[in-house]
Amino acid sequence: MPTEPLFQPVASETRPTRTLNLTFNGQPLTVPAGISVAAALLMSGVNRFRATPVSEAPRAPYCMMGVCFECLVDIDGVPNCQSCLIEVAEGMQVRSQEGARDLVYQPANVQTLEVQP
Amino acid sequence: MNLSTTAVNAEVIVIGGGLVGTAVAYGLARSGARTVVLDQGDDAFRASRGNFGLVWVQGKGYNLPDYARWTRSSAQRWSTLRDNLLQDSGVDVQLKQPGGFHMCFSDEELLERQQRLQVLQDVVGDYPFEMLDAAELRARLPLIGKAVVGASYTPQDGHVNPLKLLRALHGSAQAHGARFQGGVQVERIEGHAGDFRVSAGQQQFCAPRIVLAAGLGNPGLARQVGLHAPVAPNRGQVLVSERVQPFLDYPTINVRQTDEGTVQLGDSMEEVGFDDSTSREVLSAIAQRGVATFPLLRDVRLVRAWGALRVMSPDGFPIYQQSLTHPGAFVITCHSGVTLAAAHALRIAPWIMGAAQPDELAVFNGERFLTDKVLAHAH
Repeated sequence: MPTEPLFQPVASETRPTRTLNLTFNGQPLTVPAGISVAAALLMSGVNRFRATPVSEAPRAPYCMMGVCFECLVDIDGVPNCQSCLIEVAEGMQVRSQEGARDLVYQPANVQTLEVQP
Repeated sequence: MNLSTTAVNAEVIVIGGGLVGTAVAYGLARSGARTVVLDQGDDAFRASRGNFGLVWVQGKGYNLPDYARWTRSSAQRWSTLRDNLLQDSGVDVQLKQPGGFHMCFSDEELLERQQRLQVLQDVVGDYPFEMLDAAELRARLPLIGKAVVGASYTPQDGHVNPLKLLRALHGSAQAHGARFQGGVQVERIEGHAGDFRVSAGQQQFCAPRIVLAAGLGNPGLARQVGLHAPVAPNRGQVLVSERVQPFLDYPTINVRQTDEGTVQLGDSMEEVGFDDSTSREVLSAIAQRGVATFPLLRDVRLVRAWGALRVMSPDGFPIYQQSLTHPGAFVITCHSGVTLAAAHALRIAPWIMGAAQPDELAVFNGERFLTDKVLAHAH
């Protein structure tokens, strides 16, 4: 199994960019601002984003455009977030999504996301 | 090889590779009949890829008791079908029959529900059901919403994973020797009793028996062998959620949790012709009813929505008939391909091969639609 980062910045595009800090499963990561959480994790070498609820097999992003739901992670306590559709933010706490979300017992301090009309 | 001169020969040709055709083909193949299944391409209206997955008895057959009996006979045989499919295909279709709930949101609805089930019990006999008020319902389903004033419950109901069912039926039928031909658009059926020839482009298929299980394609095919099958599309829309931890142990008419954790919401009915798209109004109503039923669904994320077309006859009941003018030609069509899969696999196949027609089926001939009667098809 490949363990190298799946994505590399295009050399001609590499220039000093603003970075920010987030954590993945408690580990601090410094990543470019303005990219998706999925891209940030992939370029940091993360290749296991979640375990499937069905088989517990490891999963990583597949489509990177919001369709396949393989890139689910927990972001700041909100489970099952599509990391390919969410931009990184300073201080973000990202955790791998371990199995299915629990609707009955939810963390107390989590705000639910607004659904777009 | 010149295909136009080479016909495929079989004992039975089944036109339609959805849940209905494949269940019948499975039964035929298990009994040893050389069976060929002709299936359209993925541009067809695939009702069997879009359904909800209920094995549902309660309320069905209100004004046609033989439909209630036929439905029950299938539900009672479903565990046998499940076992057979697991053995033949290795696929566990995740049948669960813990009984099911039909939620009511007003006292009038609850009363109407009770009357409907009482009539069925009076006519059918062994037809257990319970009416539950809000408190009794909450004792069984603690997560139920305040808007639900009560529910009917019958121990006969259940559900399966319908996609696994389709795969299991295909695999099992093939394990018993049935041949599937995909991408076949049947154009013509010619011949007479005991000698039918089916043409699709350059391909030809010959058999003494032919089963029309082509869903919405049946009206045009039936006409060619002296049968009347005036089915029309009835659209249902379905929402499916992210996978969540199990919270609902029972199927209900409009909300169920699948074996793999997703929540399905549905139970819409629309007559919009051959249009299987979704609409925001209907999806919104489905979502609101789902949240009213189980308020914790307010926070669940929806990941897919789709529309699919039920195969609906004018009175909502199936059509099962052997042609009088072309004996050996049968039409099998219904909108409950999941619920009735066990009856189709275990009871229809012997009839196709010459055994007596199952008792319940005499009323399901297509000629009943040649009268002017107008019937409703609620369940």
